[in-house]
Amino acid sequence: MVKWTDKERSTVRTVWESIDIDELGPEVLRRVLIVYPWTERYFGAFGDIFTTTAILQNPKVAAHGIVVLRALDQAVKNMDNIKDTYAALSRLHFEKLEVDPDNFRLLADCITISVACKLRAEMNPQVQATWQKFLQAVVDAMCAQYY
Amino acid sequence: MVVWTDFERSTIENIFSKINYEVVGPAAISRCLIVYPWTQRYFGGFGNLYNAAAIIDNPKVAAHGLVVLKGLELAQKNMDNIKATFADLSKLHSEKLLVDPDNFKLLTDCLAIVVAAELGEDFTAEVHAVFQKFLAVVVASLRKQYY
Repeated sequence: MVKWTDKERSTVRTVWESIDIDELGPEVLRRVLIVYPWTERYFGAFGDIFTTTAILQNPKVAAHGIVVLRALDQAVKNMDNIKDTYAALSRLHFEKLEVDPDNFRLLADCITISVACKLRAEMNPQVQATWQKFLQAVVDAMCAQYY
Repeated sequence: MVVWTDFERSTIENIFSKINYEVVGPAAISRCLIVYPWTQRYFGGFGNLYNAAAIIDNPKVAAHGLVVLKGLELAQKNMDNIKATFADLSKLHSEKLLVDPDNFKLLTDCLAIVVAAELGEDFTAEVHAVFQKFLAVVVASLRKQYY
């Protein structure tokens, strides 16, 4: 089980509270699709996501980005049990969506970059370390039901 | 050979002209040492690296951050030939410094976060994608002379 110090808990909460999911959600998913274009293969039903302009304007991309960050909220609220919290989601991504688990790390990286753009100097090294530890726990939980 | 569009060339040139080397270089290295503590093993001669505050205040860390960033500037000035430009540096890291090449990715991840925090909303998804491509080429070139 992942151990969290009081400082780490409050850091994750503070970072999370300074984020607007409706603003950051779309940005995060847009970054993933633009920076790592092979991820477009998972979103065939979203219509035109084949150019940067199309991705930036696509409403389904924006909506799904919000869905993803709402799920991250669950991890923030259940830091002591992220693995169980995400068990069903992990199984879904493995069995039904057939997502390569390496992509979870790419999404986590884009979340960190978007948060860094927003928080700027407030994302100091200690905050970065804690935030990345948190996202690593999330990624591990998302991988946990594979095989 | 890596193909760069005009947009990509000007984006990278823009990034390097906007960032303050003396802030970004030291920040990237110190984050690497703090967030990925095993990397400290490569800097035994740097003195006190026992906690985040010590690392951030350490003048040898700061000086080396600048060295690294100047190296990256060399890549930016020779974008059509990064592999050849970094051949000696790659040999040095492999044969003399015995650095695990996986660590290059960790350093460039930290650099991306620092630049994102510096540029804020100017670090758009398109700029992020170009910077990531540039860093991937740098990392591949540094890995090239291993074995």
